[in-house]
Amino acid sequence: MTGLDYQALAPHLTLTAGVLLVLLVVSFRRSHRLTATLAGLVLAAAFAALPFGLLSGAREVTPLLMLDSYAAFFNGLFIIIAAVTVLLSHRYLQGSAGSQDEFHLLLLIATLGAMTLASAQHFAAVLLGLEVLSISLYVMVAYPEEDSPPLEAALKYLVLSGVGSTTMLFGMALIYHAVGGMGFAEIGAFAATGERSDLWLAMGLLLFVSGVAFKLSLIPFHMWTPDVYQGAPATVTGYLATVSKAAVFAMLLRFALEANLLDRGMAFTFLAVMAVLSMVVGNLLALLQESIKRLLAYSSIAHMGYLMIGLLVLATLGDRTMAAETALVFLAGYLAMTLAAFAVVSEISSAAAGDRDLIEEYAGLFWRRPALASVLATALLSLAGIPLTAGFIAKFYLFMAGIEGALWGLIWAMILGSALSIYYYLKIVFAMTLREKEGETLSVSALGVAVLVALGAIVLALGVHPAPLIELAGEVARQLVR
Amino acid sequence: MLLGLILLLLVGGLLAALTERLHLNAPRWASLAVLAAAGLYLLAVPVGAQETLAWIPRFGINVTLAMDGLSLALVALTLFLGVVAVVSSWTEIERNPGFFQFNLLWTLAGVVGVFTALDLFLFFVFWEVMLVPMYFLIAIWGHEERAYAAMKFFLFTQISGLLLLFAILTLVYSHYAASGDLTFAYADLLGADLHPTISFWLMLGFFVAFVVKLPGVPFHTWLPDAHTQAPTAGSVILAGILLKTGAYGLLRFVVPLFPEAALDFRWPAMLLGAVSVIYGGYLAYSQSDFKRLVAYSSISHMGFVLLGAFAWNVVAVQGAIVQMVAHGFSTAALFMMAGALQQRLHTREMGRMGGLWQRAPRMGAVALFFVVASLGMPGLGNFVGEFMVLLGAFQVDAPLAIAAAVGIVVAAVYALSLMQRSFQGALQEAENGGTPTFADFGARELSVMILMMAALVWLGVHPNTLLDLCAPVVAGLGVAP
Repeated sequence: MTGLDYQALAPHLTLTAGVLLVLLVVSFRRSHRLTATLAGLVLAAAFAALPFGLLSGAREVTPLLMLDSYAAFFNGLFIIIAAVTVLLSHRYLQGSAGSQDEFHLLLLIATLGAMTLASAQHFAAVLLGLEVLSISLYVMVAYPEEDSPPLEAALKYLVLSGVGSTTMLFGMALIYHAVGGMGFAEIGAFAATGERSDLWLAMGLLLFVSGVAFKLSLIPFHMWTPDVYQGAPATVTGYLATVSKAAVFAMLLRFALEANLLDRGMAFTFLAVMAVLSMVVGNLLALLQESIKRLLAYSSIAHMGYLMIGLLVLATLGDRTMAAETALVFLAGYLAMTLAAFAVVSEISSAAAGDRDLIEEYAGLFWRRPALASVLATALLSLAGIPLTAGFIAKFYLFMAGIEGALWGLIWAMILGSALSIYYYLKIVFAMTLREKEGETLSVSALGVAVLVALGAIVLALGVHPAPLIELAGEVARQLVR
Repeated sequence: MLLGLILLLLVGGLLAALTERLHLNAPRWASLAVLAAAGLYLLAVPVGAQETLAWIPRFGINVTLAMDGLSLALVALTLFLGVVAVVSSWTEIERNPGFFQFNLLWTLAGVVGVFTALDLFLFFVFWEVMLVPMYFLIAIWGHEERAYAAMKFFLFTQISGLLLLFAILTLVYSHYAASGDLTFAYADLLGADLHPTISFWLMLGFFVAFVVKLPGVPFHTWLPDAHTQAPTAGSVILAGILLKTGAYGLLRFVVPLFPEAALDFRWPAMLLGAVSVIYGGYLAYSQSDFKRLVAYSSISHMGFVLLGAFAWNVVAVQGAIVQMVAHGFSTAALFMMAGALQQRLHTREMGRMGGLWQRAPRMGAVALFFVVASLGMPGLGNFVGEFMVLLGAFQVDAPLAIAAAVGIVVAAVYALSLMQRSFQGALQEAENGGTPTFADFGARELSVMILMMAALVWLGVHPNTLLDLCAPVVAGLGVAP
């Protein structure tokens, strides 16, 4: 490895060094405040290392990792989300039994795993990133150690996510058997040489995609999602719904581009069917929920279904840049609004007292905590796709790409899904306007409110003035597809 | 410059919300001040003003706003009814007046945007955005069934909005595929070269979205609930202005963008218009709730607009425009009357009214004026509108015009029965025996009512003011002579 390779790896290296540092500090001095501050500083340093890393240009570091602007785009988003999670978790975990220090340590490690996934161009890196991310998340889900719902959720996540990983691993093995290599480009080259009817390759891809669908919780591989979302502590659910989904998708998109996954009609059909199911059934099931975390779980299933349109247009659109750009813009919008929604849930809950999860517990929030309620309402309206929010721009992009790529069935499924979804998002907004519990006070931290308002402002800013995001995503997509 | 008008309302809304901390009355005055300022601003905007700012260059989306005669008439109506809404909510809304005025002004801002936007993306953004504050007005300050009514209102309009978005994007893409020019500009899309089949389906997408808002039968079921449950100011805005956005969409977009397809669809559309006129009137007559009756009468009146828009000749289209403006005034006044009665009697049931003229002669006289305006008395604005629509429609399809003319008779029946059941007849006893205190209209309510009466009389005796203003627009839209 040369100096330039190290430079390209700077964000990963900074974060790794930070993990070691936090580990050392925790072994000598236990202080929640100190650990959280340190974790925040490490993330800030890793973020600062991003532009420095990019100076070396798009660079292949070992056959495993590709550090280009695409990876940097995602890494930046992951680091920001991790920082928000640290800020919110500090108050959230305060007062819970046991020690809170390791939580921040695990968060840093999980983020490192996600960053690895975003730059993976080889199955070995995929597996490495995925396991680093998932194993940290198992512990984070179970973090409030004395409560049974988180433990139950963690166990469920451990078993089912393990099944997902092994499915994927078996798929990789079959692909390796057929291709004789594990780099994305090698697989693409092999597929292009014409031996398309290779059964091992087809089966391998099918298993691999199933494993990915598991992680993205596409229907019918979604069973773990509602329970884990509901059982996990709110800040972790937020992280799970954003970073872990985006990281897996980032890997899938790169794989689809380089390995020409969608040239195979079978993979295309498989993904399209799961997308339609996720959009329609996900939204239908969300209608029935009384728990906000479960509701948002189904909503994220539906959104992953929408996201698949951004992936599938790769196959039908002449302009692959537009497809990648669509996926990036959609994901950026999805991350902002989902994080904002979960951040409000975290801010009015705490690990010690359990999460405020039932919709009825949000009755009257507009009059008790106008700022929090406004942010949640903004996030929900954005998820529903109302204009002037990030969610509208995200859906607008999918519509444009879908029409251009003539994916009519998927577009109609999205219209149907969106129409259904308005009802359940609005149900929460309506509950917040009720005149109940007006006297009850909620304790929140000034820092938390500031973070929330910033998130709400980002959701609106992306909707009102999307041009900068569109330019950035376009540039990243051009470099990725080139 | 036009963007300034919208921003004025948006910023004014924020300020009005903030003034609540000073005094509970402050948001109301602030709201009036903002509307007055917007009115003055409007005077300074010349007819024909147009401006374009880049917004999302990637897709050829611009902020294009223009003010022609039609837009001017509707924006002026919007601001005026905004004042009516503030006045009518003066004592009705006691809780959180700041947030109330905020939502009111933001709804108006969205409507002004709809009436002036000439970029389809921008139009859609305003189209959807005006609904969110309207939703809050119904959901927070509405009556007993507000949860159901607000949700129904939002679902109907949003789902039709999704169809509209899909149609807009397909139109833009078809134009892009044919010409290589990716744009959302109205002016460029007017001449889009479309396959007849695609053109027909797109026209239908636009049509459904606008007819839901109008509302025309069979998409009208959200309206009685929303109007009945909304607070008075909400009903005034909904009936007076929001319904007009649907009518405006038909005139500005559906027929000009898809002239041949719209012509093919002329008969079914006019039929829906005539059915709305008669069926809406029939339903109105069967109501026992004052507000619900007025709500159903709106369906009937807006049916004329649908009829006129698809008759698509100068007389009918001009008539539809006059009808839009006149209906704005007459229905807003009747909803305000319903609100005033509900505030005094705590009921909307006409079975518990009766003989109110004796108790409140000023209210009775005002109610009588707007009831006869609503039934189409010559000399008032509504008559001019309906007569011109029928005249124009008769040239296109005589049987449908004759059928719709029956609607005027039905209107007389339900309107007079409204008057009879609430203000005439024997005075009802209050529930506890005695006569409750019952205040007649004060100066505040009376003054806006007199202004609306004057407007209707002016429209009735000198409609040329409005007709001349809109004549160039109507010619520019490509209406058949």
